[in-house]
Amino acid sequence: MMSEPLAADAVMVEVKDLTKSYGNVEAVKGVSLLVRRGEAQFVIGPSGCGKSTFLRCINLLEEPSSGSMRVGETAIEFGRGHRMSAREQARFRSNVGMVFQQFHLFPHMTALQNVMEGPVTVKRVARAQARHQAEALLAKVGLADKRDVYPRHLSGGQAQRVAIARALAMQPRVMLLDEVTSALDPELVGEVLEVIRQLTFEGMTMIVVTHEMAFAREVAARVVFMDAGLILEEGSAEELLDRPRNPRLQSFLRRFRN
Amino acid sequence: MEYSWDFSIVFLRPGNWARGFAVTMVYAVATTVAGLVLGLVCGMVMLSRHTILASPIHGYVQFFRSTPLLIQIVWFYYALPVVIGLNIPAWLAAGLGLTLYMGAFSAEIFRAGIMSIDKGQWQAARALGMMPVQMMRRIILPQATRRMVPPFVNQSVLQLKNTSLLSVVAVPDLMYTGTLLVSETFRPLEIYTALAVFYFIILYPLQRLAKLLEQRDDV
Repeated sequence: MMSEPLAADAVMVEVKDLTKSYGNVEAVKGVSLLVRRGEAQFVIGPSGCGKSTFLRCINLLEEPSSGSMRVGETAIEFGRGHRMSAREQARFRSNVGMVFQQFHLFPHMTALQNVMEGPVTVKRVARAQARHQAEALLAKVGLADKRDVYPRHLSGGQAQRVAIARALAMQPRVMLLDEVTSALDPELVGEVLEVIRQLTFEGMTMIVVTHEMAFAREVAARVVFMDAGLILEEGSAEELLDRPRNPRLQSFLRRFRN
Repeated sequence: MEYSWDFSIVFLRPGNWARGFAVTMVYAVATTVAGLVLGLVCGMVMLSRHTILASPIHGYVQFFRSTPLLIQIVWFYYALPVVIGLNIPAWLAAGLGLTLYMGAFSAEIFRAGIMSIDKGQWQAARALGMMPVQMMRRIILPQATRRMVPPFVNQSVLQLKNTSLLSVVAVPDLMYTGTLLVSETFRPLEIYTALAVFYFIILYPLQRLAKLLEQRDDV
């Protein structure tokens, strides 16, 4: 499934002038973004600023209205005259891992089966091999002992860690994390952040939408601030969070301090 | 009020009862199965984005859910042969109404069952790179089926009781057998009471099954 290896500092995700409209409402108004291989790109911004929509555009859960995008070697154009077949879309998504705010684990499958499902059904990996990999991934997120447990018996933090393992099982070129700690009780946030921190150390390319500013400061390679469907400022975590220039970003961060 | 009950007359025509029971069961099973298949197909069309195909199906489902079954049966029996100018056999005409009725309700159960699955499940399946067929087979149907089984069993119970309406077009089912016996013996109280007991004996186990399925808690 994996194609040509990329150079270590290669651009893994390249988004150009991406827009997404719902009727007359433009939720994403022309966003461009470069994410290098192994980088954790954070996206912050107020609720409703379009950051989640933007993220969902990257794995085509929302179909962008115009613009273009490249993930690894796969380039896509959006807009009139550019329609992807269902098979092309599915193939593209299989290379992009997605973790949702509400986990969305498959309730009729155990933790292990949830993690095996993608490789077995989509990639046609042999069951034994998929099981082996899934067990390793569950161990990695600290849930080896929960392999035969159904999602309804998992805490929010555990469920989200299984969901991360499920996305990793597809060996994606990039992971998209959509406010993955926002639905968790405060005491469960830490265990999920710990898994994400570990992924950044391992050099997983990630685009992370979050409200966890302290976490962003700690692990983000780059941060962009989105407001009203546009990227208003971008830079290193330090630049953006400690020396914000844009007044909207300044007032946004002030609300977080208080 | 003096009324001397005499239940012995109920057992006057054992052969007729046996035949009535067989006819009722055959119609119930055949029209339920055919209706389920029809409902499955219609439900899938209703869920698809083919509006050209889906709108007539929606019309059919709404129409059959909103009109009395008795009229449907009578209409198929008497009016359909006139309308299509074909002499379809009486047994088929009678069964057609029941089948379309079951089909309409099944289509709605099927559609509602699929729609009841959380949007997040579809998104998670899609995000893994599943094709629509894989998504249905691996993620949506296994969850939806469990939710659809109790309403399907309930609808089948109703369907078996509804076969009693076939007696108005002289299909010799349990009800028809009873009605004939009433006109012979002038003992409607005993015979209808016995009929109720017959239907109860057939349907009580099914009801229990539906209850068990509702209480099942493996998801």
